[in-house]
Amino acid sequence: MSVNANGHAETADAHAHGHADHGGAHHELPFWQKYIFSQDHKVIGIQYAVTALVFLFFGFTLMMLMRWQLAYPGRAMPFIGSLLTNGMPGGVMQPEFYNQLGAMHGTIMVFLGIVPLAVGGFGNYVMPLQIGAPDMAFPKLNMFSYWVFLPGGVVMLSSFLVEGGAAQSGWTSYPPLSDIATKGQTVWLLAMVLLITSSLLGSINFIVTIVQMRAKGLTMWRLPFFVWAQFVTSFLLLLAFPPLEAASVLQLMDRVAGTSFFLPSGLVISGEVLKVAGGGNPLLWQHLFWFLAHPEVYVLILPALGIVAEVLANNIRKPLWGYRLLVYATIFLGFMSFVVWAHHMFMTGMGTTMSTFFQTTTMIISIPSVIILTCFLISLYGANIRFTTPMLFAVAFLPMFAIGGLTGLPLGLTASDIYLHDTFYVIGHFHYVVAPGTIFAMFAGIYYWYPKATGRKMNDTLGRIHFWVSFVAINGVFMPMFFQGMAGLSRRLYDPTVYAHGRGVQPLNVVISWSVWLLALGQLPFIWNFFSSIRGGVKVSINPWDSTTLEWAAPSPPPHGNFLTDPVVYRDPYEYSVPGKATDFSPQFVEG
Amino acid sequence: MDDKIYGYWLPVDVSKHGGGIDGLISVVHWFMLLLFVGWGIYFIWVLMKFRARPGHTALYQPVKASFSKYIEAGVVVFEAFLLFGLSAPIWAKYKNDPPKESEAVNVRIIAEQFAWNVVYPGKDGKFGRTAPEFVAADNLIGLDPNDPDGKDDVVMVNQLHVPVNKPVITTVSSKDVIHSWNIPVLRVKQDTIPGARIPVWFEAKETGHFEIACAQLCGLGHYRMRGDVIIESQADFDKFLAENAPAAPTAQAPAPTAPAQPVPTPPVAPEKKVTETPHH
Repeated sequence: MSVNANGHAETADAHAHGHADHGGAHHELPFWQKYIFSQDHKVIGIQYAVTALVFLFFGFTLMMLMRWQLAYPGRAMPFIGSLLTNGMPGGVMQPEFYNQLGAMHGTIMVFLGIVPLAVGGFGNYVMPLQIGAPDMAFPKLNMFSYWVFLPGGVVMLSSFLVEGGAAQSGWTSYPPLSDIATKGQTVWLLAMVLLITSSLLGSINFIVTIVQMRAKGLTMWRLPFFVWAQFVTSFLLLLAFPPLEAASVLQLMDRVAGTSFFLPSGLVISGEVLKVAGGGNPLLWQHLFWFLAHPEVYVLILPALGIVAEVLANNIRKPLWGYRLLVYATIFLGFMSFVVWAHHMFMTGMGTTMSTFFQTTTMIISIPSVIILTCFLISLYGANIRFTTPMLFAVAFLPMFAIGGLTGLPLGLTASDIYLHDTFYVIGHFHYVVAPGTIFAMFAGIYYWYPKATGRKMNDTLGRIHFWVSFVAINGVFMPMFFQGMAGLSRRLYDPTVYAHGRGVQPLNVVISWSVWLLALGQLPFIWNFFSSIRGGVKVSINPWDSTTLEWAAPSPPPHGNFLTDPVVYRDPYEYSVPGKATDFSPQFVEG
Repeated sequence: MDDKIYGYWLPVDVSKHGGGIDGLISVVHWFMLLLFVGWGIYFIWVLMKFRARPGHTALYQPVKASFSKYIEAGVVVFEAFLLFGLSAPIWAKYKNDPPKESEAVNVRIIAEQFAWNVVYPGKDGKFGRTAPEFVAADNLIGLDPNDPDGKDDVVMVNQLHVPVNKPVITTVSSKDVIHSWNIPVLRVKQDTIPGARIPVWFEAKETGHFEIACAQLCGLGHYRMRGDVIIESQADFDKFLAENAPAAPTAQAPAPTAPAQPVPTPPVAPEKKVTETPHH
């Protein structure tokens, strides 16, 4: 019988299928139940992760196309241009197509890439193992989450095929522009409703699982930091997504049912008075959107911080410094993330009182981020640092996340935001948080947990090539953007050379674009490594990194039901290099 | 217009209020650089000093990191200073103390896909009423033909002339979608929200020819929603207004005039066929 910390029999019973009665792996499921409509959190986690990686690469590909236009505006793209006859007649990108690529790049990366990878993938796979649970609290709900997410993603991508192409009003979809946009926007909204529903279902499942299904002895203060990060993230998803779901439905009504939630009276679109009731307010959408989308930023970054914490602790061979401080900072970050949203809207005509409130909360939220980063940095002192492949990504994460965080300051302060708002400086800032930040952490996580999921290690040489090329290239992509932003260059410009201040920084666009293409090349060793190691990787023991947390007590790969015997937790999560012990790691699950 | 004024950092600031903004940007960046370099030196040092090697072991006991507490406290104090010492007062001074309308040049900016309509009130100093139903090909801003205040209004497209050393209030609005009224060299940025009229002011301290940009995605022509600002002497400004005043006593604005000064066309590579109509 599976055990949980609180002894809630119902929850445990719900899980009795397949591991208590049938002793784990012996229960043979037909193929479609085992791999397609699976209720096993690990299979679902891998489904999420692989789907999200494919979407991430697709979203990245869109950006590679846009980058041609930005580096060489109006020039026909060789070869690829001739394939995309709709968006690029004669190989020259059209502004409509550019805007579609931009909107879809943002949407795909955030909602189809990083969130499903960080939460659906890593959260699903690792969290139940780390808390010693046989599965998620609601396995069917878990399966359902994935099968709502996947159609959402497919619907989103299919919007490229509808008349007028995909959504083209930015990933933020500000009305009235989005209200009057082509049909692709309707598809975008429908897809968003599916994606949000999927995240909501997942978040409830995560919260219940973490609260109810921890192994015996695993108190909240003994949870690995990754689990804490997923816990806070789930609350953010649960509380922040409903407003956007509502807002999406309202915008859908504006588009298909003739309502005017976001449309004021008297709009004149290309010389014609728009025949709608009017009386709505376009800023309402921005408030609803950013009420989600700011907590969303922390949904993107918290799981990444969790992964970095795990990989760091494992490779510094000592306990993380300030574990409780990290947890308190994370919870505080979660709370504060709900009261900073309007810092995205300083230029909408906000008065002094409102702007002072929101820039104050924004400065306050920077403090827990500084604390988290400081805890990680102090942890390095007195360590015994192993530069394994996952560790390289985790180490590189720290300074690049710091750049992302620091450059948030001049944007969060209203006075400097007057100049920097909506420039490339913003693009540089948030990409440093989510690309060299979150995505590097994701890579660290993939290299780190791959042996658990497959029983084999990914190739180290390829991993190092992947790391160094990515590290150099990604900074070549985002660092120049700060200078473009400083020069005043607006974001989302199909042709920046229309402006004199754009022509001044145009050489940087060439540097950025070539860095993007180099970055793409740098992913090839990863892709090869990822797939070839499934069969060709070096076989490793169940705890190849000499780690301390519970997931390393399970076989690799863990069977349905996870643990052969119910794990019991005896100590804190990161007991490395305990004096007087024979080894430099004392796992949570080993007594004495 | 001289391309050379634009480089890899902030372009020249020709506004009277922009000094505070630039100063803040500069202070924040020095602060960021200091933190980053400080952290960076420590970071590289620990990575080298505490790398795994034969005979080296990790320290189990947590280090007493009182120094980091001072740094964190220092960050908090300095951020508070940035906030309450610089940003909030600079913003408040700029937003709460606009010049009096009576002492300023008043201009209405009516944004549309993808142009800036610039309206001067004319000799009477009063703007004519505008309404959506009057919008037509020869009346882009929808001036009411029956309103006497509008008879002498001067309407320009993508061209803002302002006198130097005199406060200017641009009241921005939009006919269709959200745009953002952005003049980098004047440190001016304001979203134009349909349904709202929002005043933004500046006072130029140098003459010259600069750029207006749209900072908010407004559709397929967003990238070319570019305008020119011509900051000139009061005499030249008066001359500009006189030359562009409507000749006939009708409310008809002069058809979007050719710019008073030659505006260099940017080297946009092969003319792209672009459908101007936004989709419904």
